[in-house]
Amino acid sequence: MNRLIATPITRRGVLGAGLAAAGVLAMPAVLRAQDKSLKVGVYGGYFKKSFDEHVFPEFTKATGIAVESVAEPTGEAWLVQLEQAAKAGQAPADLSMMSQTSTLKGQSTELWTPLDTSKFKHYGDLLPRFINKYPDGRVAGIGAVAWWITLVTNTDVYKDAPTSWAALWDKANEDKLGLLALASNSFLLEVTAKTFMGGTNALDTEDGLNKAFEKLAELKPNVRLWYRDEAQFEQALKSGEIPMGQYYHDVTGLAAADGFHVRSTFPKEGGIQDSGNWVLSRASTKVEEAHAFIDFMSQPSMQGVMSRKVGTTPTLKKEVLDLKPEEFAAVSSDIEPIIPRYDLYTSKADWINQKWTELIVG
Amino acid sequence: MRREAPRSLADYTPLFFPGLMLIVFFVVPFSTMIAVSFFKRNPSGFYTPDFVIDNYARFLSTFFGGVLGFSLMLAVLVAVCCVAIGFPFTYLLTRRPRRVQTLWLVGLLSVLSLSEVIIGFAWSTLFSRTAGITNLLVAIGLMDKPVALLPTFGAVLTGMVYQALPYTILVLYPALVRLDPTLLEAARTLGASPVRAFFNVVAPALRNTIVATLIMVFVFALGSYLLPQILGRPQHWTLSVLITDQAIYQSNMPFAAAMAVFLVLISLALVGMTLLVGRRENAL
Repeated sequence: MNRLIATPITRRGVLGAGLAAAGVLAMPAVLRAQDKSLKVGVYGGYFKKSFDEHVFPEFTKATGIAVESVAEPTGEAWLVQLEQAAKAGQAPADLSMMSQTSTLKGQSTELWTPLDTSKFKHYGDLLPRFINKYPDGRVAGIGAVAWWITLVTNTDVYKDAPTSWAALWDKANEDKLGLLALASNSFLLEVTAKTFMGGTNALDTEDGLNKAFEKLAELKPNVRLWYRDEAQFEQALKSGEIPMGQYYHDVTGLAAADGFHVRSTFPKEGGIQDSGNWVLSRASTKVEEAHAFIDFMSQPSMQGVMSRKVGTTPTLKKEVLDLKPEEFAAVSSDIEPIIPRYDLYTSKADWINQKWTELIVG
Repeated sequence: MRREAPRSLADYTPLFFPGLMLIVFFVVPFSTMIAVSFFKRNPSGFYTPDFVIDNYARFLSTFFGGVLGFSLMLAVLVAVCCVAIGFPFTYLLTRRPRRVQTLWLVGLLSVLSLSEVIIGFAWSTLFSRTAGITNLLVAIGLMDKPVALLPTFGAVLTGMVYQALPYTILVLYPALVRLDPTLLEAARTLGASPVRAFFNVVAPALRNTIVATLIMVFVFALGSYLLPQILGRPQHWTLSVLITDQAIYQSNMPFAAAMAVFLVLISLALVGMTLLVGRRENAL
């Protein structure tokens, strides 16, 4: 302690400190030189890394708007933070990637600034499922990233790929499945409705939901693992310990490319397509920049880059994309997807959750 | 040496720091949790400050009662197994030369450096059909073909006992090492077999230590969240798993808080009862 204090302050030290301070002071100036900036929240980890590498620099190059990326947690923690910050007039991020359920929950407090779709050149090319609207038709969010949950199998155990989600109910598959543990991330109610009840509209009524739960109960003996943690199932699938289940199409594809004996199949009823939106916090003043960013992201060329480099499913119609057939197949399918009934997870969340927990735990 | 009773305020100063820590890290968070447990849940948003008992009402069902019962039973079983294994082990350990003791203790401490995740995944591999220990049994001809030993209750119990055992031994060790060896010698001189001397002399002499250890392991096991998920079926999920589901995945903080408060109260009651029974028996 004494030695530290006794150290004489040298000329060089002062100069160094001065330079460092000048550097720190100059940083905002660099941003200001770019004129405009935008804070964008993306899921931390893989997505943030990929966006920082492949997307944000391109955007800054094209528009001159500097991007500061913010790592946001998945789940609803970020929604809560945005909501509380907005009440204080703050925006921890201007634009954020937001799950469908969270987007709907944010709508209920008017957290999202309605978007002016005339500023998006390719608005007409967006698939309708990637436009999230307020009940009165104003646009709350535009598709940011999308991914598939499909039927996956270990190729050593299943020589032929299954063709239908009905395989999950097959008595021959007793104690062989790994499924996601929650109603709101497995979307198995929707799968049940599409496979056996003619479509997810069957879940509109409580009666329909009860029927779906009954049908779901039948597959319980087949399930070996209800997982929350992806790594838990992925490992077991690769080794053949749990040879069938539902899993992410992109990750399974990567594992297969690495030589693991796994395959991802789009069943004839369709894969489950989950996605996140770009939403703009009402506390943000960067409305113009945010529109420029969504417009930039919704170009066919950027969607191509995203599919090739990040592995996400394009949000635009297939016709306008520049993806080769095999590139498209790697991230999507022509089979009509099962779109989760996100509305159920806001309006009937607790009821469904309770029934679900009793179903699998009981 | 005689201890003097504290007389002035200054004599109490050593208590201030622990007291402050207790307030900051226990009283304040726990009070917040109790407050939140009475808040009103808004399914499409988050929660609003209020005073409703819906969250507790929802918990009072046979379903959650069953889960709570299972969690308590599991924690008790883990505590009993840990002490049943740990006590004789520690006793034998204290009879070994100093060097051997140190080696064992260092080994046990190193097990503590493993996280619950690592322990969970390691046991799930050991119990698996494709790479597990049954393959060894097949190799030496004891079994026809490898089988999966998980997800089962036994797997959950094994994992949790494995995780809590080092703590058990470290808590028992100081008491056992200080145990007066003449007690045992006297018993042996009076003709008791070693096993009889162990159960009739050593175990009763350390009753309070054993009860304290049981309670510690019980509380430790009650919070287990990951191992039941990795090694068990949904029937083996503890209340902690359901609390996490509500807090993290359903953002239903009020209900999660209500469940947590309930769990704390029930376990405090159980611990209190154990101590009360122990005191009454001691008095006799």
